[in-house]
Amino acid sequence: MTPRCDTTTARARLLPWAPFLTLAIMVGPVVAGVLGTIGPAFGYMPALGGDAITLTAFVMLFDWPGITRASVLSVTTGVAATSLSLLLVALICAAWSGSRAFRIIERMLSPLLSVPHAAAAFGLAFLIAPSGWIARATSPWLTGWDRPPDLLILQDPLGLSLIAGLVVKEVPFLLLMTLAALTQIRTVQARDTALALGYAPVTAWFKTIFPRVYAQIRLPVYAVLAFSMTVVDVSLILGPTTPSTLSVQILKWMNDPDLSLRFLASAAAVWQLALVIGTLILWRLAEFAVARLGRIWVTTGTRGGATRSIKALSLTAAILSASAIALGILGLLVWSFAGFWSFPDLLPGTFTTRTWMRHTTNLWPVITETLIIASVSTFVALLLTLACLEAEERHGLKPGTRALWLLYLPLIVPQIAFLTGLQTLAIYTGLDGNRTAVIAVHIVFVLPYVFLSLADPFRAWDARYGRVARALGAGCDGVLWRVRLPMLLRPILIASAVGFAVSIGQFLPTLLAGAGRVQTLTTEAVALASGGDRRVISVYALSQTALALLPFALALFVPAILWRNRRGLRHA
Amino acid sequence: MPDPGLTLDGVVIRRDGRTLVDISDHVAPGEVLTVMGPSGSGKSTLLSYIIGTLDAGFAAQGQVKLNGTDITDLAPEARHVGILFQDDLLFPHLSVGENLAFGLRASIKGRAERKRKIDAALEDIGLAGFAARDPDTLSGGQKARVSLMRMLLSGPKALLLDEPFSRLDTERRDKIRELVFAQARANGLPVLLVTHDHADADAAGGRVHRLD
Repeated sequence: MTPRCDTTTARARLLPWAPFLTLAIMVGPVVAGVLGTIGPAFGYMPALGGDAITLTAFVMLFDWPGITRASVLSVTTGVAATSLSLLLVALICAAWSGSRAFRIIERMLSPLLSVPHAAAAFGLAFLIAPSGWIARATSPWLTGWDRPPDLLILQDPLGLSLIAGLVVKEVPFLLLMTLAALTQIRTVQARDTALALGYAPVTAWFKTIFPRVYAQIRLPVYAVLAFSMTVVDVSLILGPTTPSTLSVQILKWMNDPDLSLRFLASAAAVWQLALVIGTLILWRLAEFAVARLGRIWVTTGTRGGATRSIKALSLTAAILSASAIALGILGLLVWSFAGFWSFPDLLPGTFTTRTWMRHTTNLWPVITETLIIASVSTFVALLLTLACLEAEERHGLKPGTRALWLLYLPLIVPQIAFLTGLQTLAIYTGLDGNRTAVIAVHIVFVLPYVFLSLADPFRAWDARYGRVARALGAGCDGVLWRVRLPMLLRPILIASAVGFAVSIGQFLPTLLAGAGRVQTLTTEAVALASGGDRRVISVYALSQTALALLPFALALFVPAILWRNRRGLRHA
Repeated sequence: MPDPGLTLDGVVIRRDGRTLVDISDHVAPGEVLTVMGPSGSGKSTLLSYIIGTLDAGFAAQGQVKLNGTDITDLAPEARHVGILFQDDLLFPHLSVGENLAFGLRASIKGRAERKRKIDAALEDIGLAGFAARDPDTLSGGQKARVSLMRMLLSGPKALLLDEPFSRLDTERRDKIRELVFAQARANGLPVLLVTHDHADADAAGGRVHRLD
């Protein structure tokens, strides 16, 4: 804690309030939104004539023939995607941490993370579709197909393609969180001790490190579970349609011209929230069971083996996961320039810029809108994050475990469960349907990611620099602006890039807060999904990806240029 | 006439009910008081209290006076107490010259005057022409000299040394030690040296206060 900072200026007096303001900005809309959903779900929505508390909407919901299937789909796809992602991340870390391959995987994380969910889903769809690249690459020599087979690969009824789409995006996120957790515990000593006791490396990792790592990444895992159960854009692209997942169905009811369906949508949103809470409770119980079994396993004395096979398996899975995104993006690029492209040709017969030229006029305003929304929401999130971290430094206002839960609240409470209510409230107050409303809602989702990205580097900064600077005559503000922030330029830019990418990828918040009137690259790309024109979809999805990647490139190059003569900061 | 030098008047620092430091002493201008003690005995904690950056986890009482003025409740930047740590802690985002300029008080106006001061300071420590250099390209001894000069340029009225020689090799340690004590004497600064190295204490040549 930095003592005795000047508290006479208005800015200094406001600083201690920053954490409370930030929590209010993140938690306020979630709570208001959930309340705004619960009201109509129980029949209360005076604007639509709902003055009495009733269960009619729930009766309608459970009378809907697809409710069981949609609910089961939400739970199974969510649990499967989360379990697979977690297992894959654990295997990668267990088999490869500390190796050269692991460092390569670490370097690939940022670009993989920055690819928006929708773009990754489109890319995967273009790979695995019956007329996709995998079918083309294996036809006709292997499959015998001379025309796209009549197979339901995409939007399959079991949600397998949806699970695959979620896994390829959630693995990089969970891996990043795991890497952050690994830096906080003394992993090398624990692993080396186990190795010295004769344990195989993978077994050593799972027995000595995983339990401690999992305790640190529990909240991110819950966020992945809640997200996977309720995601809308990826479900629209890869998920089943008869019926669709519950969250997609809620969106359909929300957007139906028949306004009475708002009651049904709200009831379904409450049901979706209950499903998520129930699944989280079951997941927690499963944690206890696994921990119990794990404790027995730890004391059995089995040293393990099969290190080579596990290494091969995990690396193959990691390569497959990363390739699905990379090849998918490459596929988008080829499609965006494709002229005539018949099946089973691997590449188009001709390449043309026609699709790009035709859509440039429409694309620019959407890019501008996306840029403005992402820039402003990221800037506000960054300011609040820095204010919180500086308040923690100056006034010792460090968030406890409960505050950390609140930080994850917007990521754990399903978007569909509170954004529908928030939209209802926004309509009441006349605040919906404009850019400001979209920015305000984006901040709710950008803030946690910016905070989580920046908090560790900010706290890990050597406080003795600050003491020296103060002994040299700098005040608290001087230490912050002249020493700490310049030294933390790279993590600040990376946190901004993460926030920017999160904002660009937001589909449901943009759609609902913008009431369909604010168009971003994501809303446009997802809207184009139903049209099925791969060339146009590719143009929008690629633009979306490029815009999300740009800040990461800046985060890489700006410090490299600014600090080209500062060896001590090259790896900061 | 106020008593010149650094006075510690009944300074007691506690943590979790345990007394870490209990000291009353006076260091005259140009004098070096060496504080010795085992790890965890509160040596560095005492320095944090004197410069005003003691963590909130400690309970402290007693006065710190500089040239007769009570500075106990002043902000660290207003105390005019310089400190050197074990590491040089040169700001890695600034050049050698910019690091020195950070130490210069704002009262020295004009770019040309500030540059002249910095060039003269670099010449004093045998690093003329190093202003544009990246601190990370300097040797350990050069970094220590820049760090010392940066601190002196800020115009301190007392100097605290937190084992600043312990990371230097024997040859450089002797030279830097000699330079620091010579500069302190030349500037009439009371010096409080914290160390567990008897050679440092011997070189300082002053009184020794032991913390248990």
